[in-house]
Amino acid sequence: MRTSKASRRRPQLPGWGLTFGFTIFYLSIVVLIPLLALFLKSITMDWSEFVATMSHPRVLAAIRLTFGASFLAALINVVFGSITAWSLIRYRFPLRKLLDALVDLPFAMPTAVSGIALATIYSHTGLVGSNLFPLGIKTANSGLGVLIALIFIGFPFVVRTLQPAIEDLDHEMEQAAASLGATRFQTVMKVTIPSLLPAILTGFTLAFARALGEYGSVIFIAGNLPMKTEIASLLIVSRLDENDVAGASAIAFVLLTATLFILLLIQAIGWYFNRRTGRQT
Amino acid sequence: MANDKLKADSVDPWWVRWLLIGATVGFMVFLLVLPLGVIFWEAIRKGWGVYVKALTDRSARNAIMLSLVAAGISVPLNFLFGLAAAWATTKYTFPGKSLLISMIDLPFAISPIIAGLMYVLVFGLQGWLGATLASWGIQVIFAVPGVVLATIFVTFPFVARELIPLMQEQGSEEEWAAISLGASGWQTFLKVTLPNIKWAILYGVLLCNARAMGEFGAVSVVSSNIRGRTNTIPLQIDALYNDYNTAAAFALASILATLGIITLIAKTLLEQKIERQNGQEEST
Amino acid sequence: MKSPWEVWVWSWLAVGAVLLVGCSDGKNGASGAGEPVKKTLLNVSYDPTRELYAEFNQAFSTHWKELRGEEVEIDQSHGGSGKQSRAVIEGLSADVVSLALSGDIDTIAKKSGLLDADWQQRFPNNSSPYTSTIVFLVRKGNPKQIRDWGDLLGEGVEVITPNPKTGGGARWNYLAAWGYALHRELGDLSALKDPAREGDVRAATEKAKAFIGALYQRVPVLDTSARAATNTFIQRNIGDVLLTWENEAFLALRELGTDQVELVVPSVSILAEPPVAVVNKNAAEHGNAEVANAYLEYLYSDVGQQIIAKNYYRPRRTEVVEPSVLARFAQVNLFALSDLVSGWEEAQEVHFKDRTGIFDLVYQSKP
Repeated sequence: MRTSKASRRRPQLPGWGLTFGFTIFYLSIVVLIPLLALFLKSITMDWSEFVATMSHPRVLAAIRLTFGASFLAALINVVFGSITAWSLIRYRFPLRKLLDALVDLPFAMPTAVSGIALATIYSHTGLVGSNLFPLGIKTANSGLGVLIALIFIGFPFVVRTLQPAIEDLDHEMEQAAASLGATRFQTVMKVTIPSLLPAILTGFTLAFARALGEYGSVIFIAGNLPMKTEIASLLIVSRLDENDVAGASAIAFVLLTATLFILLLIQAIGWYFNRRTGRQT
Repeated sequence: MANDKLKADSVDPWWVRWLLIGATVGFMVFLLVLPLGVIFWEAIRKGWGVYVKALTDRSARNAIMLSLVAAGISVPLNFLFGLAAAWATTKYTFPGKSLLISMIDLPFAISPIIAGLMYVLVFGLQGWLGATLASWGIQVIFAVPGVVLATIFVTFPFVARELIPLMQEQGSEEEWAAISLGASGWQTFLKVTLPNIKWAILYGVLLCNARAMGEFGAVSVVSSNIRGRTNTIPLQIDALYNDYNTAAAFALASILATLGIITLIAKTLLEQKIERQNGQEEST
Repeated sequence: MKSPWEVWVWSWLAVGAVLLVGCSDGKNGASGAGEPVKKTLLNVSYDPTRELYAEFNQAFSTHWKELRGEEVEIDQSHGGSGKQSRAVIEGLSADVVSLALSGDIDTIAKKSGLLDADWQQRFPNNSSPYTSTIVFLVRKGNPKQIRDWGDLLGEGVEVITPNPKTGGGARWNYLAAWGYALHRELGDLSALKDPAREGDVRAATEKAKAFIGALYQRVPVLDTSARAATNTFIQRNIGDVLLTWENEAFLALRELGTDQVELVVPSVSILAEPPVAVVNKNAAEHGNAEVANAYLEYLYSDVGQQIIAKNYYRPRRTEVVEPSVLARFAQVNLFALSDLVSGWEEAQEVHFKDRTGIFDLVYQSKP
């Protein structure tokens, strides 16, 4: 196979063969071939077996919990993440720089470490949990516990996506709106938030996708009761433990496909939205 | 900086400001600071003796060693990959480039458990290559190579992701200038490109390392969980915690938490450096 | 400049070479030639045996040092018996396995050929140096009045038992429950082998299925192994009764004290015979065959049997154990596995097979 078209058209910086070849090779071993293995395993599975696996009530319950909690967590992160990003960019207050650095904590911290920390705080004997359990609010061994963990790990995605967007906001538009008689509220609603929508959507998507696959931070606080507080990734592990590799692959395949589908869907929504409003991403 | 132009006083009423700031601080303290505090509190609550013992016993030492080995192999490899991928995608145009860049982001979308499962499917004894490799005496799953592989998967985007936007922004003029002055490809790369991206490399490597030492889900699927043999620090933390040996679990956790904090500090410092460097370049 | 695809091919070749050279000598760090200074054995065991082998391993190390002047270190791996069995098949290089049931070791022999099919004849008592049975652990004061298997189906009773598809004790639990149900209906388990009573047997089997289904509906969480179930019952305070190994129950009593939990012995239970075996292929590769065999033989020695009894397992050679230690083991009406099924293969096929086994068919926990 000849070298690519690019090198024939105009002079190229040296190193094309080496870098591209190595990149593709690395990606093949680490990502593409394993992904293919999963794909093929699922495709070649007996259809009735596939259906039997996926329609088991325990699997459906896990999928419902995983998607529901991830969606809700991403939504909550959008709200609080926006507020945080806004405050960190627009306002001045003591410890602002410290908090800004701290936003990345869930990103820099290993999931198992966050997991046991959250489980300890929100368990019925924990700092926060001991106050909430008597009130009937079960923050551990419950769906709420799962939600808390997912909020934790999704938080940086929203904030870090919104910060550059807020920085880039066109102040003149806001000032123009104000000078035309719009109240602050109207300005925020009709000018600021729509400009930020693409970033909000991206942040939401990232947080959502990350939450769907999360394992380490959740399993300590969740309780892991089948049908009630068992997340999809844990169910995959359980199936593997029982040496039901086919079953595990089926669930993994569904989870992966759903994740990619959601990512694409939200990209499409954002793209459509941008076309309608004529904005640039 | 653009922010200085907009003084919040002139736009948002003070009560809105303080409400939002309060919400921010409250949320973050609750969500982030508390867990961080708990880790260290639980680690030293039972006294320094217990803490030190937890870190020096045989299983802990082996776990630390294995984590270091896994990171020690995956970080340099991912570093090389990051350089290669960044060079390939920012200095050339070719069809499918954005597809390639999205593929680099795949580990963020794939659950670590699914990643581990994929490797079992390929390298497990019942998988594609497992039986063949076993007959050659090579064991991947349930052994150190599997752990390293899983670690590589979850951490390979980090260096690339730092370098690609930066190198895209920097463009290729300096490299072309060097080439036209007679420098070879390698010379150009080493003396022109590298210095421009050195802080980004450092940051990417740091993040990569922190993540490599902390990976849990993917590694737990491919490891055999034998204490002292195939447990990394996070796996050991899991084992200790499930045995209700919380003090020891948190002691090990505090090591990784400290590593995380160091990473954050380094990140803040490096970001300032990168900004300053870019600022200098823009003004020249 | 090389084309990318050349680079691609060369990279594969390079990786292959590295793997062959780097990994082919010594998976264990033990070199083929020469005298290793220290031997390491890997004992892949089922879940509750941590304390037993912690003590036994020390005793054996001392014994071997005296006998041969050699240092030997034993690494332990614990987990659900089924899960461990599969791990060994997948490549976990155990020198010795000490699992919860012979079926799990048979599976290793069959699927991987790492040991011979007649492994069970290698050591006395069908390679079972100790036995145990299944009992109940309840909360202090036994508030739900659980005295026998039937009481497990009582109003609002929550039962903790592990997953039969991953744990060994879990399968003994299941079969003990199954055996009880059949025994209750038929009066005598020998009826199962009596062709004259086929009608009765069929009716009893249906009743037993219903019993099992109702029982597992009362299980809020299915842990992977015996120790995890114990932790769920004790540490997480979930459930009213724990179905577990006799040795595990005694251990819980010792750790927690009798003011938190009580041991209840049911009317009938199953005789559990956890076996041990040397994984010949692995041991030979590691150069450990001799010490591995000596290790398992030592379980039958006086010292070994005493340690076994001390850790609440029923020893085979009761004559070398203090009567006061033996007194703790209750006299239970025990039936054997062979009274229920022809062997573990049949048990697996009928009860534990994926999707078609009785367990999968009846296990649907209602939310």
